[in-house]
Amino acid sequence: MGRGKDMNAVRKLSIPEIELMSPGHVACQGCGATLAFRYALKALGRKTIVIIPACCWSVIDGPFPHSSAGVPLFHTAFETAASTTSGVKAALEVKGNSDVSALAWAGDGGTMDIGIQALSGAVERGDDIIYVCYDNEAYMNTGIQRSSSTPHGAWTTTTPAKNFKKGPKKNMVEIMLAHKIPYTATANIAFPEDFIAKLQKARAIKGPKFIQILSPCPVGWKFPSHLTIKVAKLAFETCIYPVYEVENSRYTIKRPNTKKPVKLYLEQQGRFRHLTDSTIDEIQENVDREWEILLNRESASHVEAAKA
Amino acid sequence: MKKPVSGKKSIKQIKFKKAGDMPPVAISLASMLYNKTGKWRSIRPVIDLNKCTSCMLCWKFCPDVAIKNIDGKPYIDLDYCKGCAICIEECPVKAVRVEEEKK
Amino acid sequence: MKKVITGNHTVSFGVKSARVEVIAAYPITPQTEVVEKLSEMVADGELKARFIKVESEHSAMAACIGASATGARAFTATSSQGLALMHEMLHWATGARVPVVMANINRSLGPPWNIWSEQTDSLSQRDTGWLQFYCENNQEILDTIIQAFKICEKVSLPGMVVLDAFYHSHTAEPVDIPDQKLVDRFLPPYNPEYKLDINDPHTFGGLTGPEYYYELRYKIQKAMVESVDIIKSVGKEYGNMTGRNYGLIEEYKTTGAKQLLVASGAMAETAKDAIDILRKKNKKVGLLRVRAFRPFPKEDLKKAMSKAEVVGVIDRNISLGNEGIFFQEIKSALYNEKRRPAIYGFIAGLGGRDVLEDEIVRIAEDISKRSFKKEITWVGAKI
Repeated sequence: MGRGKDMNAVRKLSIPEIELMSPGHVACQGCGATLAFRYALKALGRKTIVIIPACCWSVIDGPFPHSSAGVPLFHTAFETAASTTSGVKAALEVKGNSDVSALAWAGDGGTMDIGIQALSGAVERGDDIIYVCYDNEAYMNTGIQRSSSTPHGAWTTTTPAKNFKKGPKKNMVEIMLAHKIPYTATANIAFPEDFIAKLQKARAIKGPKFIQILSPCPVGWKFPSHLTIKVAKLAFETCIYPVYEVENSRYTIKRPNTKKPVKLYLEQQGRFRHLTDSTIDEIQENVDREWEILLNRESASHVEAAKA
Repeated sequence: MKKPVSGKKSIKQIKFKKAGDMPPVAISLASMLYNKTGKWRSIRPVIDLNKCTSCMLCWKFCPDVAIKNIDGKPYIDLDYCKGCAICIEECPVKAVRVEEEKK
Repeated sequence: MKKVITGNHTVSFGVKSARVEVIAAYPITPQTEVVEKLSEMVADGELKARFIKVESEHSAMAACIGASATGARAFTATSSQGLALMHEMLHWATGARVPVVMANINRSLGPPWNIWSEQTDSLSQRDTGWLQFYCENNQEILDTIIQAFKICEKVSLPGMVVLDAFYHSHTAEPVDIPDQKLVDRFLPPYNPEYKLDINDPHTFGGLTGPEYYYELRYKIQKAMVESVDIIKSVGKEYGNMTGRNYGLIEEYKTTGAKQLLVASGAMAETAKDAIDILRKKNKKVGLLRVRAFRPFPKEDLKKAMSKAEVVGVIDRNISLGNEGIFFQEIKSALYNEKRRPAIYGFIAGLGGRDVLEDEIVRIAEDISKRSFKKEITWVGAKI
C-alpha cells in the first residue's frame, strides 16, 4: 500500500501499515476472521510461518496456485494445528532460525474440539509456538454447526431455535492456564491495537502462547455485514466476551467504561432472535457472575504477584 | 523438477495447461490479486474527502484491504471492495456514503 | 563397526547415521526401545536433533510433516494401533510431498489385545502413497533406514521401513554400521527445493479444485513409478559402499525352480531355511522375498515368475473378506501375462503365531501336487 509522504498523516496510524495479506481473498463480506488475520500478520511481520488447519481460512486464503498470505503458510489437517506448528518450530530451531515465529491459526472447532489434544500436548511440552484461535463460535466453514465454543442460547444449524445451544462455551483460557502457560489472552477484532500488542508481547515470550480473538461472523451470527465491528464492540462493552490477558498467572482485564446490558449485544444477531426475556435474563445473570469471577481472579492474582 | 518463477506481484491468474507445468506439490506461485472481488459488490461506498478527518478507521477496519492510505487519506480500491459497508458504519464523521452499485 | 543389537536399537542407529534432525514419536509396544535409544542419543548430544515427545501418534506424524516441510530431515517410529491412528496424516505427508521416514514394527491390531507380529497394520496403509520396505533381518533394517531417506528425498515421498515385532524388534543380531563419513557421502543433508522459508514465501496445500487435484495425484503416482529405478540405483550405490546390495525383491535359490514360494519380513528367513531343506531333497523350489511393497515390484515379480509352474504366497496378514494381501497383489500383477503360474495363498502366523520351517516345507510340497487346488489355506490354524 502507498506510503504516505506526509509524516503527520502516517503517524496517525494506530496499527502497522504493512499489509501481508493481499486483497482478492475469498472471505465473505464483513468477515471478522479475515480482519483478525490481517492484524496478526501486521503484528508479526515477515519473520513468521503460519500453520492453518481446516477452518474458514483453508478457503479464505484462496485456491492453488494462489494465496493471499505474504508469509509462508502450511495448510494442515483439522486436529493438527498445534502439532504441525511444533514440528515447524523444531525444524526452525534445529536449523538455527529460532527468530522466526511459528503461528498456528485455527478456528474454535479446530482449537476447542478436535484439536484440543494436540494443543494441550504442545502447551504441556512448552513448545515455543504462538497459537491463535479466531473464535467465531461455531463451525462456520461447514455451515454453522455448533462447536464447544458456541455460547448458551445460540441458534446453529445443529442447535435449531427450538432446541438452542444449552450450557456455557468452553473456557479455553482457563484450560490453558491449567497448563501453566506463560502467556494467554483474549482479544477482539474491534481493538486491533490491543490484539497486535498482545501478539508482539507473545512473540517475545519463550514457550507456548495462546490468544483467542473474538471474530464475529455476519453469515453465521445472522447480522448485516456492516455491523461486524459494532457487534464485536458490544461483546466487549456488555462483558459477555471479556478482553484480558494472563501473563505468568497475573490477570489484566480491559474494562469498558460502562457495562452495557447483554440484550444490546444479543438483539443485533439473528442467532439469538428466538430467545425469550427469561433466557435473556438468564444470560445476563451468567455474564454478571462470570464477570465478577474474572474481576476477583484479577485482584487475587495481583495479591499473589505482590506476595511473590 | 524445475522451479516455477514466483510471481507474488502478478495480478494475472496462473493457469496450467498440463501436469508438467505444475509444481510437484500444491504451492502458491502468486497472490490473490487476480481475483477482483469488487464484482461481488451490491452497494458502493463513496468517501467524501472534504468531510474526512484522516482518522483512517475505515482503512483499519477493512477486511478486504480495499482501502488505500495515500498521503494519509483513504481511497477505496473498487477492484477489491466487496461492499461490506463496515467503513460506512464505522466512519465517526459520516464521510462515507452508500451508493447503489450500477450493474 | 559391528554391534550386536536388537532390531529396535538398529533402527535408532540407522536414524543416527542418517543425521535425522527432528524426531517426533509416541511410545507403543514393541517400538519403545527405538525411541528410548533415540532419546538417549539426543540427550547425550550424539545425535544433534530435536526430539518432540508428542501426546499421540497422530501428532507425531503431524509434527514430522511440519518439520519436513520446513526443510528438516524427520523421523518417527510406531506400530499397530499407533500407525492406524496416524492414517489421516499418512495421506497428508504424501500430498504435501514430504519425505518423512518412519519405522513401523509390525504388530497385530486389537481387539483382542495382541502385541505380536502381523503385517496387517502396515499393509492397511497401502493406499496412502508411502513407500514400504519389509526387512528380513537387523542388518537390512539398518541399511534400509539409511537408504530410505535417500530414496524418499529423491522422489519427495514418505517411506516406511517395516520390521517384525519381537522376531526383529527384541532380537539381537550382529549389525555392521557403516562408517559415518561413508554415510555422509552417501546421504547428503536434506535440502528440498520447496520448503517453508520466510525468504521465499509460498502457501502449501491450498484449496485445489478438480481442475488440478487430478494432475497432482498423477504426479504422485509418477513419482512412485520412478522410485522403482531409484530404489535399485540407491541399493546398488549402497552395495558399492558396504558390499550389501538391495533391490525391490530378492530371489533365493530360484535357478531352475518350478515351484516358488513368496514371503516377506522375518518369515522370509525361515522360508530360506525351508528352501535349503527342500533343495537338499532335490526339490526344484525357490523363494521370492518381496522387500518393496510400495512401489509394488510388478515387473521384477513377473520376470522372476515367468518360468514357474506354481507359486505359493505366504501372508502374515489378511484383508478380511478377501485373502492375503501379497497374494492379491501378486495375482493382479500377473493377470495380463500370457503365461501365468498357478497361484495359491497361505495365511500364516497371524497374531505372532510362529511359522516353522517344516510348515513352510509342507506348503512347498502341497503346491507341488497337481491335485492341490485350495486357493486359501490357513497354515497351522486350529480349525
